[in-house]
Parts: sequence; C-alpha cells; structure tokens
Amino acid sequence: MHTLLLALACQSAALTQHAAAQSNAFSAVSAMSDTNAANASSASAAPAIAPVTATTAAAGDPAPSSGSLRPNTMAARVAACTACHGEQGRAGADGYYPRLAGKPQDYLYQQLLHFRDGDRIYRPMTHLLAPLPDAYLYEIAGYFAAQHAPYPAPARGPASSSLLERGRMLTQQGDPARDVPACVACHGARLSGLAPAIPGLLGLPRDYIGAQIGSWRGDLRRAAEPDCMAEVSKRLTPEDVAAVAAWLSSLPVPEPYAPEAAASLTLPLACGSQTFPMPVAGGAQ
Amino acid sequence: MKRLLLVGVAVIVLAGAGLAAMYTVGIRDDAAPPAYSKVASDPPEARIERGRYLARLGNCAACHTVAGGQPYAGGTAIPTSFGTLYGPNISSDPEHGIGSWTEDDFWQALHNGKAPDGTLLYPAFPFTEYTRMPRDDVDALFAFLRTVPASDQASRPHDLAYPYDQRVLLAFWRALYFKAETWVADATQSLPWNRGRYLVEGPGHCAACHTARNSLGASVGGAPLGGAMIDGLGWYAPPLTGDTATGLGQWSHADIAAILTSGVSARGAAAGPMVEVVTGSTQYLTAEDADAIAQYLKSLPASARPSTGARPSQATMDIGAQRYRQYCVQCHQANGEGSGTAWPPLAGNLSVTAPSPINAVRMVLDGGYAASTAANPRPHGMPPYGQVLNDNDIAALTTYIRNSWGNEASAVTSLEVKRARGQ
Repeated sequence: MHTLLLALACQSAALTQHAAAQSNAFSAVSAMSDTNAANASSASAAPAIAPVTATTAAAGDPAPSSGSLRPNTMAARVAACTACHGEQGRAGADGYYPRLAGKPQDYLYQQLLHFRDGDRIYRPMTHLLAPLPDAYLYEIAGYFAAQHAPYPAPARGPASSSLLERGRMLTQQGDPARDVPACVACHGARLSGLAPAIPGLLGLPRDYIGAQIGSWRGDLRRAAEPDCMAEVSKRLTPEDVAAVAAWLSSLPVPEPYAPEAAASLTLPLACGSQTFPMPVAGGAQ
Repeated sequence: MKRLLLVGVAVIVLAGAGLAAMYTVGIRDDAAPPAYSKVASDPPEARIERGRYLARLGNCAACHTVAGGQPYAGGTAIPTSFGTLYGPNISSDPEHGIGSWTEDDFWQALHNGKAPDGTLLYPAFPFTEYTRMPRDDVDALFAFLRTVPASDQASRPHDLAYPYDQRVLLAFWRALYFKAETWVADATQSLPWNRGRYLVEGPGHCAACHTARNSLGASVGGAPLGGAMIDGLGWYAPPLTGDTATGLGQWSHADIAAILTSGVSARGAAAGPMVEVVTGSTQYLTAEDADAIAQYLKSLPASARPSTGARPSQATMDIGAQRYRQYCVQCHQANGEGSGTAWPPLAGNLSVTAPSPINAVRMVLDGGYAASTAANPRPHGMPPYGQVLNDNDIAALTTYIRNSWGNEASAVTSLEVKRARGQ
C-alpha cells in the first residue's frame, strides 16, 4: 500500500488542486487495469512470476505454476522487477507501474542508477537496487529494452476536448511564448524517443506521466546534468501537465515503435542523459 | 538531627567519590599498552595492502562512505535508538579527515576509543571490538587510510537525544562496559581457529549485530553471538552459535564460507543488512580466512533456545498454505527446498525460523536482492509482495513457512506485519 500512496503523492504533486483532473485520473486507472488484465490473460504462455489475481485465488487453489520460470535465466533474475512491472516489463496491472519493455537500454540503465543512488526518489526501487552494481543494472536494462510485448490499447479516460487539444498543442508545438519546447522536439515526431537515452512517451498510463513531470517539478526525480526534463517540467503549469498526460495516454502506439537514430534531431536544450557514460567493467557499485 | 545531616553529607560525598572513581576509570588509557612492534619485513606497499584488506574486514566503508560518495569521506547515517550518528570523514584530508593524525593517534582511537584530543568516542564506532586488534594491524590500517584521497567534506555532527548527546557521560558507560584488551591467542586451539576468533571478535565486529545489546547499547545483554534484534535497523541477526534450529548447527564449514564470500549458500542467502556486509566486507575474505571464521563459529556451543510459543491454528496454516501455493511455490518449491543458490530453501532457513519473524516478514513485504559479489555478480532477487498482500495474508503466509517442512517457530500476527511495513 505504501507504494501506491507514494505513487499518488507524486501524482498529486503534478495535479495539485485539480479535483476534476484527479477523478479523471482514477477513472483512467480502472480503465487501464481492465486492459492490462485482459492482456495478461491472453499471454499466459510467457514466463511469469506475476501472482495469480485475487479473484482466481478466491475461486479455489490454483495449480502451482512451477516450471514456468527457470533459475539462472534473465527472466528469473528480474522476477523482483516483473512482480510489479508485469511479465517482460509490459506494465503493472494497476495502471501505475510503468512499462519497461522496449524502452532504450541507456534510459532504463540511468533510471536504475538514479533510483539506486537516490536521484530519483521511490523507496521500493531504491531498496531493491541497493546491492546491485552498475554492470548488472546495465544488463537488466538491456533485458527489458529487448522485450517486445504487445502494447495495450490506449486508455481513454474522461477528458474534455479542450484539455486534449491543449495537450496536443503542447506535444506538437510547445508554447514558444513561455519557452516550452514541444514534446516531439526531443522525443521524435512519432514520440518514440531518440537513441540512446530519450524514451518514447506512448503506451504509458496517464497517472504515471503526470506523476513523473510532477516529480521533476518537485525535485523528486532528477536526471543527469544538464537535466533538460527538469528544466522543461518547471516551465509547465499543473494544467499543462494534466493536459499532456491526458493527450499522450490517449494515443495508440504505432508499430513498429522504436527510438529514432541518435543525433537525428537537434535538441532545443542540452540533455546530460544523452552523453551519459556506459558502465565500466569493475566500476563503482 | 545533626547526626542525620552528617549521614546525608557522607552519602553525598561517597556518591560523589564513586562517580569520580567511575569517571576516572572510564577515561583512563589502557594500563599496559602492548609494546610497539612493526613487522620489520613488511615493506610499505605490503603494509598498505594489508591495511586495505583490514579496512574491508572491518567494513569501515559501511559507516564512513555514503552510497555513490567519495570513499571514506563520511556522512553515512547510523540510526540507533539514542538518535542518529553520522560516520565522520576519515580520508587523508588534514582538516576534515584524519590526515594530520599520527599512528599513535589512530591507535588511541581504535584501542582506547578516544580522539587525539582525548574526546571520548561513541561506541557506535566499534572500538569495543577493535581494541583487540594488535598494534601492527592498526598501523597497517592507518597506512592504508593515509593513501585515501583527501575529501574536504566536513564531518556531520551527530544528532542524538538528550542525555546521550552529553559526551562526558561516555566515561561512565566506559567504566561499566569497556576495557581495553590485548589479543591473546588460545594455545589449546589451532592457528585457524585463533585466526577465526580474531576476525570475528576483532576487525569483523560480528557482535555489533549478532550479540544482544542492553538498554544502554552495550553488547552484554545476551549470549555472545546468540542472535539479536539490530538496534535501529529493524532486522534480526540470527545466532552464530551451534543451535540446530536457530543457529549454525546444521551448517557445514563450506556453507559458512560460501555465504560470507558469495552472499549465497545451500542453506540460505544473506539478506537485509547482511547483504551490505557481504558486499562491502566478507566477499573479500581470503579462502583461508573464510574457513578460519567457519572453524571458529562451528566451535561455538548452542545458546539457549527460546520457546516457540503456541502452535498456530489450522485455519491460519490453511490460509498460509494457499498463499504459499499462489506466490511462493514457483521458486521455493512445494517442499520448501528452493533451487540451488538461486532460490534459497525456506526449510531450515535461519531467517525463517528465527525467534523474531521480522526478517521473513520484511522479505515478503519488500523483497530484496542477494549481494552482488565476485563469485555471484548477478544475484537473483526476491520480489516484493507488500503491495499485493494484506497484513493478514502475510501473517498467515509467514506463519506457514515458519511451521512447515520441520520448521517450528512462533506464529506471526498481522500487527507484527503492520509494524514492519515502511520500516
């Protein structure tokens, strides 16, 4: 429960004083959960650590799932991750834990480092990653980057057309008057990210997107300096954040969905994450 | 009346004299410091390397290096029930570190628990164990620390509750609980046994966690290495003594050496604070030293075994069994034996059968990876279940694993689970 509370606390940082937006967000959660539950049951052949759902349990003792996960495979080594992020890192069933599958390896690696070292604040992640060295985190990042689980259909929570339009405008054109760059300026015209470390923005829960931008605004999330996303987030109003989260989470994910080639865009701001070093063998723990 | 007054004055004078005597005892130096002896054949490089090894055995970095921070620059928070202490900067910086210290100053700190100016050090710094280190080891450790790059990070003041923030009171604590010691080998025992005992009782300071502390934080509250709740951390350090159910009675020498050097063993993996100890310290043990520790620990007799309390109800066991089949059986298997070192056994697992259920409860709540070591660089990890299981389920589940496959331990209450959340 404390994880969910923290998640909601992050979210409220982004959506302060917007009761309407909050209730929209909760609707989005339930919509997302349904989608994911359906998705999970349709892919039961994949190795899974994810526990059977409470409903199944109530119906009687499920058959032991022994044998579907083999020790010393990467799927087994990341069982602690997939318990929340879903099998193959396809996203958690509750609409908050984000998808990991297919995100750029360098992006995921940097997030793991930031969680472990306290630059991105989320206690359950920091606890799990504390003993793990850089090289192993890079390997774990690579595992999830290479997963290509299908994306769920977008969750269209209640959102006014004016909110969606504002989100669309910010995504496509930004707000030059306030020096807010468009999302597409860094994340690519298809919003699929930019190698090596800028992630795609589609296929993510509305709550999660709002919470991340809110975390950057409140210094609960930091990236490598210069931290371009912190800079952009602090130029956004809470209404902007709600609009962008509503719009991005309403879009379908185009196939194929992969980051654009490195340096194919000229970034409007300098981003330290794009030049972040890879782990060195025997490097710092 | 006059007589009563005289008696009163006498009592006050005597009490004052008693306190003065205690204070004097508390601040005195070792009456008979061992002769200064350098190993003549030890060239400077070898001495520094030996010091580096000793720094790892003592896990100095655990308290003197923050995660991701400059080595030995201090700042690590050490939570205790008396408040939070912060490991000071021990890098070679002359102003903020110990760069201006002499070998004698450093000896004074480790052997007598005093700063160069005579300030009494808090026993969170385990000088109570380091006092047994011979001068030559202390000098080697100092030689290594002199090579640590200087950091100008100022040491953070401790944040202790009154009256524990009054350092002068440490004199009385020392009078009661500390006596500088000189290491003496037991001539009736083998060389490895003596080496193991030295590593355990000296630089390794195992008693800091594995021996119960009294209400003033002195490790005199229970059987030596008989297991204890770790002050400030909310984990239980199991007995290292020979009890077969809660201690190392069933462990082989190889099991003990394996968990120390790799973090995993056929009988269980290091968890909680021990992960950090393995990562920062014991994984660097030479094979000979790991075996020496095993030899010494295996020679310790069983300590008194606490009562396991009433048997859990069948209804609780049934709920626990059901949750076990849903969430645990895939890795830990129906027979509780796990799979190799990847998925540790729960049958006979010390953290499962411990008098306190806290380790098992916290592993289910928060999960956790085993240590990443040279021998096991890519450890498996236990998933967290605190976000999907409620307190009653986790109480039943941990009760079930504590009382299955021959395990026998107290039942777990949902209140215990509730308290463990967020610890």
